[in-house]
Amino acid sequence: MRFLLQRIAFYLFTAWAAITLNFFIPRMIPGDPVQSLISRNQGRISADAIQSLRVLFGLDKNQSLWTQYVDYWKQLFHGDLGLSFTFFPTPVSTVIGDSLPWTVGLVGITTVVSFFLGTALGVGAGWRRGSWIDALLPATTFLSSIPYFWLGLVAIALFAGPGSVFPSSGGYEPGLVPAFDQYFIPSAIQHSILPAATILVSSMSGWLLSMRNMMVTVASEDYITVAHAKGLSERRVALSYAARNALLPNVSGFALSLGFIVGGTLLVEIVFSYPGLGFQLFQAVGAKDYPLLQGIFLIITISVLVANLLADVAYLLLDPRTRKSG
Amino acid sequence: MTISPSTIEQVIPGQGAMAQPSAAPGRAKRRRFRFMANAKAATGLAILASYGLFAIIGPWVAPYDPDARSNDVLQAPSARHWFGTTHLGQDIFSQILVGTRSVVVVGLIAGVLATTLSILIGVTSGYLGGMADEAGSALSNVFLVIPALPLIIIVTSIVEQASDTLVALIIGCTSWAWGARVLRAQTLSLRRRDYVEAARATGERTWRIILFEILPNLTAIIASGFVGTVIFAVMSEITLAFIGISSVSSWNWGTILFWAQGQQALAQGAWWWFVPAGLAIALLGTALALINFGIDEFVSPRLRSGGRTRIRTADGRTARMRVGFTPVLAPAAAVPQARTEEAGDE
Repeated sequence: MRFLLQRIAFYLFTAWAAITLNFFIPRMIPGDPVQSLISRNQGRISADAIQSLRVLFGLDKNQSLWTQYVDYWKQLFHGDLGLSFTFFPTPVSTVIGDSLPWTVGLVGITTVVSFFLGTALGVGAGWRRGSWIDALLPATTFLSSIPYFWLGLVAIALFAGPGSVFPSSGGYEPGLVPAFDQYFIPSAIQHSILPAATILVSSMSGWLLSMRNMMVTVASEDYITVAHAKGLSERRVALSYAARNALLPNVSGFALSLGFIVGGTLLVEIVFSYPGLGFQLFQAVGAKDYPLLQGIFLIITISVLVANLLADVAYLLLDPRTRKSG
Repeated sequence: MTISPSTIEQVIPGQGAMAQPSAAPGRAKRRRFRFMANAKAATGLAILASYGLFAIIGPWVAPYDPDARSNDVLQAPSARHWFGTTHLGQDIFSQILVGTRSVVVVGLIAGVLATTLSILIGVTSGYLGGMADEAGSALSNVFLVIPALPLIIIVTSIVEQASDTLVALIIGCTSWAWGARVLRAQTLSLRRRDYVEAARATGERTWRIILFEILPNLTAIIASGFVGTVIFAVMSEITLAFIGISSVSSWNWGTILFWAQGQQALAQGAWWWFVPAGLAIALLGTALALINFGIDEFVSPRLRSGGRTRIRTADGRTARMRVGFTPVLAPAAAVPQARTEEAGDE
């Protein structure tokens, strides 16, 4: 229990650091990009919205930095992330709320699948060192060196031509209303196959490699020899003795590399025009929509933190030692 | 190009140093060649060296000006235009050659900056312990968990028209955390070794112990961290250019992909517009990853993929070699209790 509390405290600290970073980034820039933006949109933005933007970006030079900081936190706790410029006058929180489920669905499922698939293959490769899976390693290295977005482009070119079952962009058939019914769900799944496959192909090899290396290391431990000497079946030794111990560093690695994976998958969304956060981020960049940009960064960071916490809970369940010390 | 030739000359020697990550400066040549003897590392270094060469000579050997328009609009690869042309008749082969410099320079600057930061924070927090350690590892954990790419995108997009150097600095400042974490862990295990204790007992100063006793033993980790950061930096730079955040006026492979995507190269069937850039990126990434494998296998020989693991015993069975087992090779008659499980599995 103590382990978990420590982790929660750390994530709260990180969340605080990320929010503070988000507070300071626009204030550190020389010049004032937001001021020019407001004057460009003069007349379109209401007085309330301008006030909210002032708090977000520190345009009110009369206030001390501390007062600005306190105001910023107050605004965050009300769920007010400002107004989006591109989707004026929709609040940023609504825009993000619309696209978040898409990203969580796509990225969440593919990340978990790629972790399990890569780890399973890694167990095989590490246990039977020198078998055909080892010969695959250079190929997977090459695949993982390809940027996600480029692989997505190739996938569109190869599989998504006219007359193909795979659509090249979007998250569902235009004209359908998002709902859990027999028309929408199949369409959404059909649209997600190509992006999901792209993410799977490029993210799996990392898990494969680290799991293989851990299996190779664990395979020479004394307790493996003892397990063999006891006459346990090959399968039992490989899975319950070697793999279980080799899995631990992979799980903690999973937590730590989530940030990288999320970054990569955002690009896949951009290439496929998938209606998730990554595509939203892309559009916000193009339109210089700073409130939306910052809101997306905050949400992504917080989601990654939550996912990390879940990975920690998994670690807790897998490793009895952490439970005992509490 | 915003980078003056003099900065490149200053940066390129750093690449030379990276070429022999595990060779101690003055020590015998033999160790250096042992690292090179690893096929993966040698392949990686060879590819990397050719990229380095193109980074230097690229703009001079490029057959066309990458910005020059011509009447050969959107042509497939031919003898005149090896990688074809763009919608404005620009030569893609020249764009790739010229763009190599920006990619290599950003990778190196960001790699050097991130490695320096990770050494500073990781080694000092690991060696000093106490409050310094708490602060250092908390800082690196925070940077590790915050998704780096969105952060880089936001910072770069707020700065208008970011130059190569600025992009490199932003990437370097956000990607040091992983290296710091690994270095800290290794320093923790080194600081209580006998030779470090001995150095402390003879009254060596702390900075001298860190620089001359600890750091040389971290060379392999530092090198692999550097290579990893360069991969990340190159990918990030190309990504930034691809989504059109960093300056579009200077050429790198991401800029090529940006125009290809913007002009719907895929829909027009212009595969040559984005395939070469993607392959160049993937090949560079593979080369760097191979070097990293080489370093890993050099440090921990067990990870080498195990050559021929199946051997034939005297009586015609086959046995699989593996760590922790000694297969029985003598004829079965001589060893009546020979384990048959090894031959039986598979």
